[in-house]
Amino acid sequence: MPVNPDSTTDEIREELIDTVRRFTARKITPIASDFDAADEYPAEIVAGMKDLGLFGITVPPAYGGLGLDLVTYARVVEELSYGWMSVSGFLNTHFMACFLLMEFGTPEQKTHWLPRLASGEIRAAYSLSEPDAGSDVQAIRTKAMQTGQSYEVNGTKMWLSNGLHAGLVVTLVKTADTDPRHKGMSVLLVEKPPGATHFEGLTVSKKIRKLGYRGLETVEFIFDQHSVPVANLLGGKEGHGFRQMMAAVELGRSNIAARAVGVARRAFDESIRYAQQRKAFGQVIAHHQAIAHKLADMSTKIAAARLLLYDAVQKKDRGERCDLEAGQAKLFASETCWEVVQEAMRIHGGNGYSAEYPIERLYRDAPLMIVGEGTNEIQKNVIAKRLLERHAL
Amino acid sequence: MNIVVLVKQIPDPAGPSELEDDYTLDRNCKLILDESDSYGVEIALQLRETSGGGEVTLVSMAPNKEVSGIRTALAMGAEKAILVTDDALSGADALTTAKVLAKAIERAGDYDLVIGATESTDGYVGTVPAAIAELLGLPSVTFAKKIEVQEGKIVVQRQTEAGYDLIEAPLPAMISVTAGVVEPRYPSFKGIMAAKKKPCDIIGVSDLGLDVSAGWGQEILSVEDAPARAAGEKIEDDGESYLKIVEFLENKKII
Ligand SMILES: Cc1cc2nc3c(=O)[nH]c(=O)nc-3n(C[C@H](O)[C@H](O)[C@H](O)COP(=O)(O)OP(=O)(O)OC[C@H]3O[C@@H](n4cnc5c(N)ncnc54)[C@H](O)[C@@H]3O)c2cc1C
Repeated sequence: MPVNPDSTTDEIREELIDTVRRFTARKITPIASDFDAADEYPAEIVAGMKDLGLFGITVPPAYGGLGLDLVTYARVVEELSYGWMSVSGFLNTHFMACFLLMEFGTPEQKTHWLPRLASGEIRAAYSLSEPDAGSDVQAIRTKAMQTGQSYEVNGTKMWLSNGLHAGLVVTLVKTADTDPRHKGMSVLLVEKPPGATHFEGLTVSKKIRKLGYRGLETVEFIFDQHSVPVANLLGGKEGHGFRQMMAAVELGRSNIAARAVGVARRAFDESIRYAQQRKAFGQVIAHHQAIAHKLADMSTKIAAARLLLYDAVQKKDRGERCDLEAGQAKLFASETCWEVVQEAMRIHGGNGYSAEYPIERLYRDAPLMIVGEGTNEIQKNVIAKRLLERHAL
Repeated sequence: MNIVVLVKQIPDPAGPSELEDDYTLDRNCKLILDESDSYGVEIALQLRETSGGGEVTLVSMAPNKEVSGIRTALAMGAEKAILVTDDALSGADALTTAKVLAKAIERAGDYDLVIGATESTDGYVGTVPAAIAELLGLPSVTFAKKIEVQEGKIVVQRQTEAGYDLIEAPLPAMISVTAGVVEPRYPSFKGIMAAKKKPCDIIGVSDLGLDVSAGWGQEILSVEDAPARAAGEKIEDDGESYLKIVEFLENKKII
């Protein structure tokens, strides 16, 4: 991705991140638990993110964005997740859609979509999964048949994060039955009015009730003879969809790792404060070695996860291949996050279980990082495959 | 409309702070925009936007050519800045500061309004804006909570204990604003990136034609911790305690 050269100096990046940190502390952290409990869409936070310019971070200036690098993007995600993981979710699918357009879009598609995405005028969702296809992406069944100047789309898509409020949904469909299956897959740029539950042949059929990641809607789509113009075929050529979506997922992995680091940092900060305030048996619990050792382990693992993450995104920023590193960062950071929030729960005792404290929310948010953007089992498959290629005899 | 905003750059109040041997605050660390001044910056930007043109110029005095806080205000949308930085000003008192700032304001070119905060977060002296008004021969309006510009004059709501006074003053004028009266905007990412390229004129005392070698009249003799807060009054609830609370609030003139 092209990076705006005079805008990513360390000094500027620190100022940008500092602004996000203040925004998080004032606008996100204080309301996260209430909005989480009500599973309510935080419209004001999204509007604030738009004013800050977060929706165009990685889009080149030529299309109205800021052209910032992935390190900056990951730092932003980390800070937002520190306040509330769901908020980083407003960026993620959008960011992947922008990436797909920047990387594979035709010139017309770029000029048509990117400026509106960069300004946040419209937000984007990203749709691979179906009721019967998650890890096995090639098992998708949603079909798009070309008739004249449009595709007729039929099928059911599931797990569309931001699906309701999005104005653009990048959607993986089958445009042909082929062997291997992925050669018949394409990405359609599905346009819809943000917030609409019915639009021509497209229905937002269900809002999924979730353990965590609340406030941000995750929905199901039914396509019933829904018509999409041929001009909305990403890149203008059929058959490249699988490869295109997988390239975006690779970026998504760094995004998940950044989220995991943010949530884990929050759990640690809450814990080290609590451990120095709460007394048991005549001393603060931080002075009980069992608790102190937990803090030591938590902090060490978070530091390691952070290094893996920034090693991966720096490689990507330099234009190097980083699928192995991004996979390792996602795997380690998400498992670390899950361990850290469990330890935070123990350190907080009964209060960890209470909705008066943020730990129970972190505890419900953390598992998504293990499942999203490729489960950790799949992650290990990807890592191992790449290692065996690299070390082939 | 051209507006000058005074912005103080101070050590982060959330961090640890040290005193120098002369009991003034050690400022040889990273300084940030005083939150009290962010309200003035926001008001200036809003006034400029409604007036449909003009420039917002920042004026600051800080050691070590510090521009971090200025950059925050430039990122919010101010056009340019003047920074007075000079070792000779280390430990300067409020009147000397006002003299320096007044001279710097004169360098800013034609202005319609000068805006400052009621008091800074690190010093709490609260005399600088009024002193500047005197030095520049401007009308001074303090404790402003709302400012409206009309033909050649301003109409200010001046906060009082009971509510507010409506005050009119001809332009140009010096106004000090109360903290918290507007919500300062967050600088956008675009603003932050653009701020680096905005002009910031860094000058010393001699550039202003001032001589501070004789020092200043104020000397801090000692500093003590603020007294710990006295224990509050406890009211046992015997079913009628609300009456005592009402009485308490009435005595305080809160209700
Ligand atoms: C809150 C939330 C939001 C989401 N948002 C989106 C979104 O915006 N867009 C989108 O497209 N998708 C989204 N998803 C879907 C997500 O990507 C999938 O849930 C994920 O890829 C796993 O697929 P699955 O649920 O079908 O699990 P399955 O594929 O059925 O996996 C079940 C189990 O089998 C294991 N498994 C499967 N295959 C293998 C294998 N070959 N080797 C070893 N183990 C294997 C898995 O690791 C897992 O443990 C979201 C999911 C959630 C929970």
